[in-house]
Amino acid sequence: MSKTALNKRRKTAEIKWKSLEENKKPILFFGAATCGNAAGAQETIKAAKKTLKEIGVDADIIEVGCIGPCYLEPLMDIKPPGKPRICFSNVNEEKAEKIIKRFFLKDEIPKLGLVGHFGDNGDYGDDIPRFYDHPMIKPQVRIVLRNCGIIDPSEIDHYLARDGYVALESVLSKPWEETLDLIKQSGLRGRGGAGFPTWKKWKFCRDVESDQKYMICNADEGDPGAFMNRSLIEGDPHAVLEGLVIAAYTIGASKAYIYIRAEYPLAISRLEKAISQMEELGLIGENILGSGFNLEIKIKEGAGAFVCGEETALIASIEGNRGMPRTRPPFPAVAGLWGKPTIINNVETLGTIANIIRRGADWYTDFGTEACKGTKTFSLVGRVRRTGLIEVPMGTTLRKIIFDIGGGLFKPFKAVQTGGPSGGCLSEEFLDMPVDYENLAKVGSIMGSGGIIVLDKDTCVVDLAKYFLKFTQQESCGKCVPCRVGTRHLVNILEKITKGEGELSDLEKLEKLGESIKRSALCGLGQTAPNPVLSTLKYFRDEYLAHIIDKRCPAAVCRDLVVFRIIPEKCTGCQACVKVCPTGAITGPRSEPHNLDESKCIKCRACYEVCRFDAIAGDAIEIVSGEDKS
Amino acid sequence: MVVKTAASVLEKFSTRRENLIPMLQKVQEVEGFISPESIKLISDKLRISENEIYGVSTFYAQFRFTPPGEHSIYVCMGTACHVKGGQQILNMLEYELGIKEGQTTEDGRFDLNRVACLGCCALAPVIKIDDKIYSQMSVLKLMDVLEKYTQSVEVTDE
Repeated sequence: MSKTALNKRRKTAEIKWKSLEENKKPILFFGAATCGNAAGAQETIKAAKKTLKEIGVDADIIEVGCIGPCYLEPLMDIKPPGKPRICFSNVNEEKAEKIIKRFFLKDEIPKLGLVGHFGDNGDYGDDIPRFYDHPMIKPQVRIVLRNCGIIDPSEIDHYLARDGYVALESVLSKPWEETLDLIKQSGLRGRGGAGFPTWKKWKFCRDVESDQKYMICNADEGDPGAFMNRSLIEGDPHAVLEGLVIAAYTIGASKAYIYIRAEYPLAISRLEKAISQMEELGLIGENILGSGFNLEIKIKEGAGAFVCGEETALIASIEGNRGMPRTRPPFPAVAGLWGKPTIINNVETLGTIANIIRRGADWYTDFGTEACKGTKTFSLVGRVRRTGLIEVPMGTTLRKIIFDIGGGLFKPFKAVQTGGPSGGCLSEEFLDMPVDYENLAKVGSIMGSGGIIVLDKDTCVVDLAKYFLKFTQQESCGKCVPCRVGTRHLVNILEKITKGEGELSDLEKLEKLGESIKRSALCGLGQTAPNPVLSTLKYFRDEYLAHIIDKRCPAAVCRDLVVFRIIPEKCTGCQACVKVCPTGAITGPRSEPHNLDESKCIKCRACYEVCRFDAIAGDAIEIVSGEDKS
Repeated sequence: MVVKTAASVLEKFSTRRENLIPMLQKVQEVEGFISPESIKLISDKLRISENEIYGVSTFYAQFRFTPPGEHSIYVCMGTACHVKGGQQILNMLEYELGIKEGQTTEDGRFDLNRVACLGCCALAPVIKIDDKIYSQMSVLKLMDVLEKYTQSVEVTDE
């Protein structure tokens, strides 16, 4: 497709988008990314369709990506003709029916699950708040996520109407040096975790003479607890693809790969569809927009190996080998895929590129700190009230993220974990620290790809350290001894401590071993693997001591150190727990306090849960550890 | 309906080494697991030793070498799920099904697996049964969900 043809198509797309904004008949939008579907969005859509049919309302249904506040899912927006969208939260099947009926039959905006509208102040009177004034949304700056939850990700026209591929058009009409220079001025650093300046990486590759170069998008979001890349691809796949084509052009690559986890089937199908749309419009293939630049894009599905997030392991995996890292140098920018110069960029990095090109480096550098420009997406999860996907300027404090955006916790704050299995646990004293690559590294954690896991007093940090170490130990590729053997020993010692069999000397062993693994492991996985242990030892040593000296788990999590107990004064004898206990450990006649036989108890928590939520009078079962037993 | 076999789906691949993992994925997609016979087929086609193919396939968590159960259960072991009780869910499943993760029940109804992260962290803890994700699980909710699957099998049996 030529430039003129693209511009013609953009005009049509704009008309299409405008007709959506000035809709003649109502439109219902549903957040139907993987998280929305997991919350039941597809069932809600079915119920909504049924209700609309029943009351005879002719409306369009559009499935969009994730707009961020996952804790409110399933989300349903109603857009009355010619007016802004109104967002409703936690819309299950029953609620969908109620909201739709009230909206269309009674002509009112129901308060049920109402979040806010997407228009300007006063569009619906003072009663209805604005969506963007919601406390979780207001402090955010949405650059990478600008289209997520707004457009239909399966429609290239929606992307085109919102300035999609404008950046690509401009890049292709100029020499590559200009783009490289612009990215340099923007200060963009790799969002995969290491924070290496993107332009520098590109330049290394550009400077190497080669008949073939490769561009790879790393979508192997392996960090457990992080889903920013999945959401971006599911909500706005073309943003990532546009960045990928621009990057390939700048480094001079004619072949590109997207390496994506097989665990993300929806993201994969969105990419496949988007790529075929690009082929149709000639945005990939031969002579793109008449520039003489050729590019072919292939999707490679990862097969479930965390270490494949590491560049050299990822390359080995694409080549059809075990995903084992190798020593660097040579860096992939010089000798990568099949020995050819290769650049690997993270999904979010690529998703940012087109925005910078369209709006300029100066605009971008207005966001962020001196050393880290722009915004960063985070998945805010764990024991925080408002969980979801957020985007904030670099340098935002953890306090703002957790307490303003996240709305704080239900129980007292204990720690925040960043950077996944390679990161660390930070205590309360670091809450006012501005988040950027350097600050997090200074205090023993890392930015990583952007998982923020909030922990409250019911989380055991020793158990969490053991969890991460078990993970890295299982995911260790086995090539180098420090990682293969070292992490196993760390796990063994942590197992011992969580069983109440630890000794004081174990803490020293953990530190010594951890430090030596950090110094000697071959790749990033091994070098950062001890971080969860070392950071918790540093900031939460008293919890380790409680496990070792008092044989007590302060958070009452470690199975071997807790018992389940019935508080006779609180137990009404409703038999709810007797019914759910899978081992028959709880007995007792109706209306009399029940007995719990510890020898039969497998600590499955069924009784604990039922007593809190379904029993006649809750809270009669407690989980206690150590001294509390008496 | 034509039943797809490993041999038929392998036809469309070229003999390049980079196709090894996609071929294994395709075979598992149609047959449910990687059998010694399909390893032999791939070995002949790509001219890579069976030994090496085992080396590659066992490296990746995705591949299984025994037939799956009628329903495949995946327990998410991501950090958010762990912090919200994912391990309890796995323990309970192991107890209720009488198998350990990585195994299939004797009657062939369920196989039980752990998965590093399903990316639904904001709705933790989650499990996946076949293609459906169940979010915000608790031990009690799990019992209800399991019952649905065991019952539906019984109903069709009658």
